[in-house]
This record gives sequence, C-alpha cells and structure tokens, in this order.
Amino acid sequence: MYTFNFRRASSLEDAQQIHQSSSDAVYVAGGMTLIPSLKLRLANPDDVVDLSQIDGLGAISSADGAVSVGAMARHCEVAATTDIPALAALANRIGDGQVRNRGTIGGSLANNDPAADYPAAVLGLGATIHTNSRTIAGDDFFVDLFETALGDGEIITRVDFPIPKRAAYAKFANQASKYAVVGVMVAETDSGVRVGVTGAGACAFRLTSFEDALSANMSASALDGIDVDSSDFNSDLHASAAYRGSLVTVMAKQAVEQLTA
Amino acid sequence: MKVDLTVNGSQHAVDVADNALLSDVLRETLGLTGTHIGCDTSQCGACTVHLNGRSVKACTVLAGQADGGDVTTIEGIANGDELHPMQVAFRANHALQCGFCTPGMIMSAIDLVQSANEPLSAEEVREGLEGNFCRCTGYHNIVRAVLDAQANM
Repeated sequence: MYTFNFRRASSLEDAQQIHQSSSDAVYVAGGMTLIPSLKLRLANPDDVVDLSQIDGLGAISSADGAVSVGAMARHCEVAATTDIPALAALANRIGDGQVRNRGTIGGSLANNDPAADYPAAVLGLGATIHTNSRTIAGDDFFVDLFETALGDGEIITRVDFPIPKRAAYAKFANQASKYAVVGVMVAETDSGVRVGVTGAGACAFRLTSFEDALSANMSASALDGIDVDSSDFNSDLHASAAYRGSLVTVMAKQAVEQLTA
Repeated sequence: MKVDLTVNGSQHAVDVADNALLSDVLRETLGLTGTHIGCDTSQCGACTVHLNGRSVKACTVLAGQADGGDVTTIEGIANGDELHPMQVAFRANHALQCGFCTPGMIMSAIDLVQSANEPLSAEEVREGLEGNFCRCTGYHNIVRAVLDAQANM
C-alpha cells in the first residue's frame, strides 16, 4: 500500500470540506473494494476520508410505501430487513459473510462495479438516490463502467426503494468471488414492470423489451424469442459476451418463476 | 495516527501508520499472532476476527476504521483454561489438518452460529463459511465441528 492520510469525517459537511481541501481524496465507507485496491496499488490517494463516524448515515426505516436505506447500512443489515424480501435476498448473496458485515450500499453504488448486485435492485425497483446536495433518480445514476452521476466529492446519504407488489432477483454468481456474472431483478411496481440487469454490460441497465413482454404476460415463457443484443456486453475469462447474453434471459426467467411462485 | 481499541476486553491506545491494517495492529503492535495472514487479499478468511461482534477480515479493515471498536481475536474466546465450545468441537472432530485456517474458521463459525435464528443445517454451515478457505480441504470435519458446537453455544 502507498502511504496516505487517514481522515475521520465527523459530519457530511466535514467530509466534503476535507475532500475539497485535498488534492486527491477518496471516501471510504466499508472499504470492501477500496482497501483491496489500495493494497494492489491500483489507487494512490493523498487522503482517505472515513465516513463511518458520521451519525445516522446507516439507518434503515420504512414509511409511505418505501424502504429507506442509509448509505452506510451494511449488507448484513439490509439482508435482515423484511419489507422487500427480494432486496434482502439480494443483499444476503453479496460476497461472503465477512464482506456483508463490512460492505455498505452507498459504497457499492458509488463504486458502480459492473458486477455488483445493488445496481440491479436500484433499477429493478425504481429506487431514488439521495446525496448530500440533491436527489437522483436511480434510472439516471449509472453512467458507465465505474462511473456514476455523482459529482466530485458528492456523498450518497440514502437510497429509497419503493415497496413493489412483487419482485425477485436471480443471479448467476462467479463461484469464487460471488460477484454477478449476470444478475436480474424483475419487479412489478406501481409504475409498471421493471427489469434491472447487472453483470452483463459496462454498468447496470433496464431491459425494456423484457419489461414490455412481462407487462403483457408475467410468465417466463413471455421472454421466449426476445433477442438480447449482447454486442456490447462484457467478455472476460469468466464468460463471453454471448454467454452473458444468454444468461440475461435465463436469469430473468428464473426471477419471473420465483416471483410468480 | 492514534487509534483506541478494546481487544479481548483490554483497552489499548496505539500509535500506528495511517495506512495500517487492523491485522497489522493485532499481530505487530499487540503481538496477537493467532490472527493469521493467509492471502492478504480479502479472500481466504484466515485473518477473521470479530469487530463489534461481527466477523470481519482484519486484513481488509483499516486500523482507523476500527477506532473506538471492540475487537475479539482467537486469543480472546476461551474462558481462562476453559476452551470456547467451538474450540472444543474443532478438537473433538479433528476439524483441522495443518491448522493455519483454524483461527479464522473458528471466529467465522462463532459469528455464524450466533447470528442464526435457528439451528443450521450442514448446507447452511458450508454456505456460511464461504469466506474461509481450508487449503488442506478439510471441510467435512470443519462442518461437523460447527454442527456439533451449535448445540453447546
């Protein structure tokens, strides 16, 4: 690891001030991606700003038909919630037990790993992301590989998930890392059927062709014959783009089967 | 950087580098070498300790993040000469071969059993220990030990 200054932020204002006054600062939430990156010398910040001492940033609550998850809520805490079983089940399959005890939803979303699970939940459930300065629709949040709509120094404070009528998440996990090779969240919400896909592309996306088909007929067979364009999909030693394309349909069908069971 | 930690019930104020890991502090500063460094890349779980009651990989927690925290290591689970039920079960079931992964296995297994609402099945123990590797592949007896221990915890 390169050297850096470890800075504890006492409040959101303090965190942003430290960030602004540094030539190169990075926030650390749970650190499940950042710390391995630092150890591999893939990151070399001057200042690492710890968000864990900020009061109230990890609270989870339910009101007005939505579950509000504080940015510092750990995956294990989301896994223990009951209002959106599909979200809890998704959180319970992130990484391993020790990772779920440290990793946070805010950190995961801000990092926007193409194989992370939460982005599929944000898109599939139509979540809203709140930051220290504004509100961002989940549909506008994921921009590209490891790139989000967050501005420089902006901090996610909470994520609001509207409670769906029914929802399910199916994931084909990498056996070693448990990251999603492909993961699909299918949800029937007040604003219609939504399908969020992670793992397949540079960042998570909605699949409107699936949404249209499932709006007409919420059954796995409704997805038969719908072409998934995999030309821009990720291709690596774990899976080719075409294989991921095939998995999108298979995982979506599994999610629909779970949701209608 | 000054970091305050409670480790196995004792309070410590340690002065460490800003980029020190919790595993460095436990092993190098406090001499608690029961916490093993296996892969040092967040994968093998040999360095698992409890931070504020939950299992974490000490090689992937910055010391500063643990400031003010309550840490339990493998050295802190026995009650004097009386071994923790999980330690007893690991010994009784010969749940170790070379023993390198054992401290992490035991710390993970304790959190797994304590966090479970009802008795775990063998399948659930295997899934629950997915963050810990035994490179001797001695998993069968490890699972037997955890199943055995949960009756006594």
